[in-house]
Amino acid sequence: MIRGTIKVDTKICKGCELCIIACPQDVLALSVNFNEKGYRYVELISSACTGCINCALVCPEAAITVYREPKPVKKAQAKV
Amino acid sequence: MEEKLILEDGIEVEQVYRRPETLTDVPYHYCPGCSHSVVHNVLMEVVADLGIQEQTIGVAPVGCSVFAYHYMNVDMQEAAHGRASAVATGIKRVMPDKLVFSYQGDGDLAAIGTAETIHTANRGENILVVFINNGIYGMTGGQMAPTSLPGMVTSTSPYGRDVSMVGYPLKITELVAQLPATYYVTRQSAHNPNAVRKLKKAITKSFEYQQQKKGTCFIEVVSNCPSGWKMTPVETIKYLEEVMFPYYPLGDLKVPKN
Ligand SMILES: Cc1ncc(C[n+]2csc(CCOP(=O)(O)OP(=O)(O)O)c2C)c(N)n1
Ligand code: SF4
Ligand code: SF4
Repeated sequence: MIRGTIKVDTKICKGCELCIIACPQDVLALSVNFNEKGYRYVELISSACTGCINCALVCPEAAITVYREPKPVKKAQAKV
Repeated sequence: MEEKLILEDGIEVEQVYRRPETLTDVPYHYCPGCSHSVVHNVLMEVVADLGIQEQTIGVAPVGCSVFAYHYMNVDMQEAAHGRASAVATGIKRVMPDKLVFSYQGDGDLAAIGTAETIHTANRGENILVVFINNGIYGMTGGQMAPTSLPGMVTSTSPYGRDVSMVGYPLKITELVAQLPATYYVTRQSAHNPNAVRKLKKAITKSFEYQQQKKGTCFIEVVSNCPSGWKMTPVETIKYLEEVMFPYYPLGDLKVPKN
């Protein structure tokens, strides 16, 4: 499985949960904590994130940065 | 934000997606889960990808997106309610080398601004019209719009839209597609990752057609309004799929012939 991770800008997250339903790996959940605006923000709750960017695409607040493991060099070259 | 990170088990990961740099740092005033924000993001991502930030001029409407210019880091002009496509016409005609778009809600574009919308499209103005159809007047408190669905409960149709009294929802995108001067007319959404990818393609194509001076491109985005619909954002996604899309089917209505 390709590895990935996300960073959520918890200050601007509004806890809409749209990223949670967009995530095929089911690795996002609302925090028990609130941000300054009073919203429960989203957290990554497992290391099974694949960096597919689905959550970031639907995030209204553009609050998610996504990271993914680079393709192995050999495979990437074979493709060219 | 870091370009690279090391995961707990030592695997190095690279940044593959971030907030478009063509957005300002101002947090959106939109309600949680509102499609307006998603469409702003996609629009600005396309502007960044095409490298057209300096050439792009947007026209903001009256409605919830009246402050679009606080967020989109391109030159923008505010228009009177419903007149955004007329203002965009003027801008484009004076500065034909700029890439001009109007961004309008359904109350703006399909109610008070119907005449401007139809005539802009009928003249084939070489602009992009982005039409956010959430079936309601969001900003003013969720009143019925020409686009509200039959039976839809809104603050001014508490027993549901009665079509025998107020007529049927106006499919203005279908109308616009009939006009010979429109070049590309499509109906999209932004309710899931694939829809966002398709919307991004549609916006990209529209700016490219505008660069090729092809005429009016018109993109309807069937959208939600969690506050006006009195639903959670997650509930609005189901409502879109089950109720809005059957009436407003997604897909291209007019594609260039060749
Ligand atoms: C000339 C004029 N008439 C009426 C209004 C009141 N008004 C403000 S926004 C709005 C409707 C907005 O609805 P829509 O265009 O669907 O946008 P949304 O807020 O749903 O995004 C109305 C009627 C106004 N500002 N100006
Ligand atoms: S989609 Fe964005 S704003 Fe909504 S809960 Fe997820 S991170 Fe927060
Ligand atoms: S009222 Fe509706 S359209 Fe306006 S910001 Fe809120 S959810 Fe969006």
